[in-house]
Amino acid sequence: MTTTTPTTGKAVAAGEAAGGGMRPPARSTDHDGGRGRARRRRSWRTLLYHGSILVLGFVILYPAAWMVLSSFRPSNEIVGNVNLIPDNTTLDNFVTAFSGIGGVSFWTFFTNSMILAVGAVVGIALSSTVSAYAFARIEFPGRKLWFALMIGTLLLPFHVVIIPQYIMFNELNMVDTFWPLLLGKFLAAEAFFVFLMVQFMRNLPRELDESARIDGAGHARIYWSIMLPLMRPVMVTASIFAFIWSWNDFFGPLIYLKSPDNYTMPLALRQYVDQTTVSDYGGQMAMAVLALLPVLIFFIVFQRYIVDGVATSGLKG
Amino acid sequence: MTLAREASKAPEVGKPPRRPRSARSSRRAAETRAGYAFLSPWLLGFFALTAGPMLASLYLAFTNYSLFRAPEWVGLDNFIRLFNDDRYLNSVKITLQYALVGTPIKLAAALAVAMLLNSRRRGQGAYRSFFYAPSLIGASVSIAIVWRAMFIDNGVVDRVGQGVGLSPGGWVGDPSMTVYMLILLAVWQFGAPMVIFLAGLKQIPTELYEAAEVDGAGPVRKFLRITLPMLSPVIFFNLVLETINSFQVFGSAFIVSNGTGGPADSTMFYTLYLYFRGFRDFQMGYASAMAWVLVLFVGLITLIFFKTSKHWVHYGGEGK
Repeated sequence: MTTTTPTTGKAVAAGEAAGGGMRPPARSTDHDGGRGRARRRRSWRTLLYHGSILVLGFVILYPAAWMVLSSFRPSNEIVGNVNLIPDNTTLDNFVTAFSGIGGVSFWTFFTNSMILAVGAVVGIALSSTVSAYAFARIEFPGRKLWFALMIGTLLLPFHVVIIPQYIMFNELNMVDTFWPLLLGKFLAAEAFFVFLMVQFMRNLPRELDESARIDGAGHARIYWSIMLPLMRPVMVTASIFAFIWSWNDFFGPLIYLKSPDNYTMPLALRQYVDQTTVSDYGGQMAMAVLALLPVLIFFIVFQRYIVDGVATSGLKG
Repeated sequence: MTLAREASKAPEVGKPPRRPRSARSSRRAAETRAGYAFLSPWLLGFFALTAGPMLASLYLAFTNYSLFRAPEWVGLDNFIRLFNDDRYLNSVKITLQYALVGTPIKLAAALAVAMLLNSRRRGQGAYRSFFYAPSLIGASVSIAIVWRAMFIDNGVVDRVGQGVGLSPGGWVGDPSMTVYMLILLAVWQFGAPMVIFLAGLKQIPTELYEAAEVDGAGPVRKFLRITLPMLSPVIFFNLVLETINSFQVFGSAFIVSNGTGGPADSTMFYTLYLYFRGFRDFQMGYASAMAWVLVLFVGLITLIFFKTSKHWVHYGGEGK
């Protein structure tokens, strides 16, 4: 993802182009038939293939690996150290990082980020599924118009709304609270997630809710008892991305959060870099690692969901 | 679409057909109520957080407004000032440079690696995740800090450069290099478009390649005549998305320049300048004008992409 934008940018009007919209993740089904012949002649090519990919992979992962390993180095041995394996290891950097910034504890920043990320997940899961249900399953006048407007907001640069939003939240005395950062999540303002859910819901068999209707179930019941359980795969994907985007978001917190007690991890990290002298690269690296840790854990646990989500829907990182 | 119709028929079956009209219309009214009830969170968000603010910023774009005094109507003043503002023009220039150089390189890398991974060898899934990882973390403050640390004077990149006989110096302090450093950061995140390309490549039927081989086509010809046309919808999708995203680069430029947009405004990208004007100088009318120029520009670019797409994007066949 190029920018951490609250509203737009990850999204796609042409979602169909990337393989037909979001579907329940399909396992790849292509197998070669028997192709035993000439296997030996190919083995050197296979070796070359894996070799070149590993070299490329090394280059790609180098910055991340450098960050992690540098965080265990003494501060004065970090800059310009091309080697990945530290000569001297120390945990001092993490002690520095955990001691917080300007009297505010590390755990305050961590908790703030966590509240915002979990809030984003809950808000998006509720609001986008409800709105998507209206778009995908209820027939009412104006639906096409609203849907078109929703699609229209997908590619809209959020900068065009950020100034009036700030003025509004300022009037409401909500600057330096979490409300400006959470409210949009509960109001389905991130159209991308609504779009994702609509695409998924349209692929669910209609017979299910039709028969439920004949049995006398209303929309609320169909939504809650039939749709939501079926939407688990797309909910998982959406939740992962909602969490990570919120966790990494920088612009929103930068604008709205003023007092250090309310800072998120990225803001605290920026503050730290701003305050400390150049020589304390160790503390910076340790903070940087800690700020990314939840994202890395998510990635390791949910790799399949994440990458399949990108592949099937054009979701961005 | 048929749900309401089907559902409204259902109760009629058992009823005497005396007043079907009112039954149907009350059914429809109930559907409408339900529809708007379910849509209400989005509608509220749309009006309060998107449509309303858009109109407000359109109005503000024609005013002087500093948050502390009432907006003062100035007509087209802000727009005229924009096009005489050297810092603004510079931000447009480097943002375009970033987008026009970075996006093609990123997409070319994404396509190349996707084709490499598309062979049916083992380990493909793991490699795919591997290459995707930077896309997930690349926009974070953490990585921007790492980037900064790697590209400063005597940093890792400088050392490697010295090792091969170049003396590039630090890129962070060199106004002619900072854009390229950030372009590299963008290219580093080629994984997301790569995953999308890979999904597109899997949709191309192998019979096409087999038929081309029978006809004696080489790899270059197969790439130009089969892969590129068949993949064109996906290329289009990635191109639109990546280009528009790259106009909005903010966080990494902010961190790398330590919140200054420097050195010599060389990382003062469009959105960074907008932030400076709007949220540091509180020239909110001016910043709103900037935001609207960006919206119009993004709209124009998207329109151009869509208008020209019929000449080079092939839908149909396997593409959906």
